[in-house]
Amino acid sequence: MTQPLVMGAVAYAPKVVTIWEGFKAWFRDQGLEFDFVLYSNYERQVEAQFDGTLHLAWNSPLAWVRAERMARARGLEVAAVAMRDTDQDLSSVLVVRQDGPADRTALVGKRVGFGAIDSPQATLIPLDHLRQAGLVAGRDYTARRFDVLGGKHGDHIGGERDAAQALMAGEIDAAWMIDGNYLAFANEGVLPSGATRILARTGLYDHCNFTVSPGAPSELIGRFIELLLGMSWDDPAVRPLLELEGLRAWRPGRTSGYAALDRAVDDEAFYDAEGKILAADYRY
Amino acid sequence: MPPTIDIDSLGFDAGAHLVVKLALGRVAVGEVLEVRGQGEGWQGPLAAWCRSQGHPVAFEDGGDGRPCARITRGAVQAGRWRGAAATGAIDPGADGAVRAEADARWGLAARGATVEAGSPAFAFRLTRREDVWADSAATLYAEAVAAQWNADTAIDWQAPCDLPDEVEDAVVQVMTYMVENENAALVVPARFLGQLHPHFREVQALLAIQVADEARHIDVFTRRIALKGRQPGLSTAGGQASLKTLVDEPDFSTAQFLLAVLGEGTFVSLLNFLHHHAPDPVTRQIARLAARDEARHVAFGMAHLGQHIALEPALLARLGNAVEARYEHLAGTSGLNEEVFDALILLAAGSSEPAAIAAGYARVQELLQDMARGREARLAKLGFQGESARRLASLHTRNFM
Repeated sequence: MTQPLVMGAVAYAPKVVTIWEGFKAWFRDQGLEFDFVLYSNYERQVEAQFDGTLHLAWNSPLAWVRAERMARARGLEVAAVAMRDTDQDLSSVLVVRQDGPADRTALVGKRVGFGAIDSPQATLIPLDHLRQAGLVAGRDYTARRFDVLGGKHGDHIGGERDAAQALMAGEIDAAWMIDGNYLAFANEGVLPSGATRILARTGLYDHCNFTVSPGAPSELIGRFIELLLGMSWDDPAVRPLLELEGLRAWRPGRTSGYAALDRAVDDEAFYDAEGKILAADYRY
Repeated sequence: MPPTIDIDSLGFDAGAHLVVKLALGRVAVGEVLEVRGQGEGWQGPLAAWCRSQGHPVAFEDGGDGRPCARITRGAVQAGRWRGAAATGAIDPGADGAVRAEADARWGLAARGATVEAGSPAFAFRLTRREDVWADSAATLYAEAVAAQWNADTAIDWQAPCDLPDEVEDAVVQVMTYMVENENAALVVPARFLGQLHPHFREVQALLAIQVADEARHIDVFTRRIALKGRQPGLSTAGGQASLKTLVDEPDFSTAQFLLAVLGEGTFVSLLNFLHHHAPDPVTRQIARLAARDEARHVAFGMAHLGQHIALEPALLARLGNAVEARYEHLAGTSGLNEEVFDALILLAAGSSEPAAIAAGYARVQELLQDMARGREARLAKLGFQGESARRLASLHTRNFM
């Protein structure tokens, strides 16, 4: 058998198996031998990108930041080669109750809800947003974390939903969530119509990407990208896979959307410059 | 100037996405819609919604100090419906509305709906129109709906019903036999119902209401058994063997022929007999109501077979063979259970006095002749020639159904 291209992915939910089994079958039908390894957390997955286990990995933005730091420290390179259309230009919103704080300055002394400790969208980028506005957790306001499934980098939306529920229950004064989850929680009725306001919105950032490991076989990677970018929403055989993975089209990878997260990783002391984990209470 | 809408202070936690969606529906793919809004932060959820729907969006200054979103309508929706299947139309009388062959991938969709390519294939076995269809199915269904009756109010369960013990026993035995037969008449359409492609919805509806009819019949026959505190009577191996040949018949048209045209047709005669000769008003009322329902079932069977035979004349020979085969198969069984035959005489006699028995016996003889004449007439109507119709009518199971 031809040597397959081996990809890593994190099993943040049971559907992950369905998704990658579907992709595996599709890639094989296109003549590309492809296999995947599932990890329970992004930390071990990124580490496996440097021990020869994985040719590439489907990485969270935080995993990308770590992979990039680990590569640089080793004098190597990783590359973000593809991402979903829905990974580009995201934002997070800070939601308050209708009678809650009027603006960001009114957050002083308040309780602000965040997602999991390792969530880029509901913790790290929001912490950075407030810090840039002069508000530091523990000094100017109380940060309350809604930690669900550490190591999944916030892929599991449970933490954000718990924060939204705590907001409506009056346990916190504001809650961060990714813009798409604001819509989802409104549809679910977790955020009752008209009961909340959006107090602040982060700058735009990018989410997941396919990160190529140092030394991966370039020919296989090239074929992978070519097939991936050729996947068409109009093709009924492909559409269910794209729908499950939450995209309409694959886009070439870019790294311009990770600056805020990279800064937050330093400011919040999550990883050091070499990608070593610093966050003391991080369990995964 | 691109079309512009103002969602004002309507939030995305209150349905703003729908206002945007409807407005985008009026814009061509690739064209721009401008959206203005009030309040802080509306851009985030709008961008999230556009992203999830595949519409590129950019924000700029609206010129009045308020931000303005420029949404370019994406092609995702159009892409989803590329290669979608057309599935006929609602009105069964319109040209091409009911297709000759229903596609497995149309699945459970309403007939006439547009079905997305890539929908799962359902394993419905009955997918050919000519195998199941009757133009009168919709009319017969409407009649059936209008003729439904409530067993609690349509039957006077308090009516005087004090029969001699042996006559009450006879009624109970006949009712026991009726329940057994109606179980077959329920199970047969119910099994086909699960195999029928929903494209043929008029036939589906008709089979469903037939199943409901039979459930009601089983209920009232059972309540008549229990009226005087009795338990059901006897069930014979021969009777069940006869009914099993109906339940085991895999071909829809053959099953319609054996069950509806021959069996239920014969049952209409039996129910009319009970309506006229049963010794108590409750049994007479039950028989009258059930006979009306059974007549509709026969009408559908006749209508379907008439159309199917016209399209496929060789079916006639197959149906004739099915009667012969069933006759052969049942040759070693006793047919109608003796208890039922005697119970019918006693029931029609109303007492065990010799003179009454003689009258009851004569009525049962008349019933058997009436059944045979009815079968022959229906066979002739379907196209069986004189002698052949007579012969096949005579081969029908002695169990009646």
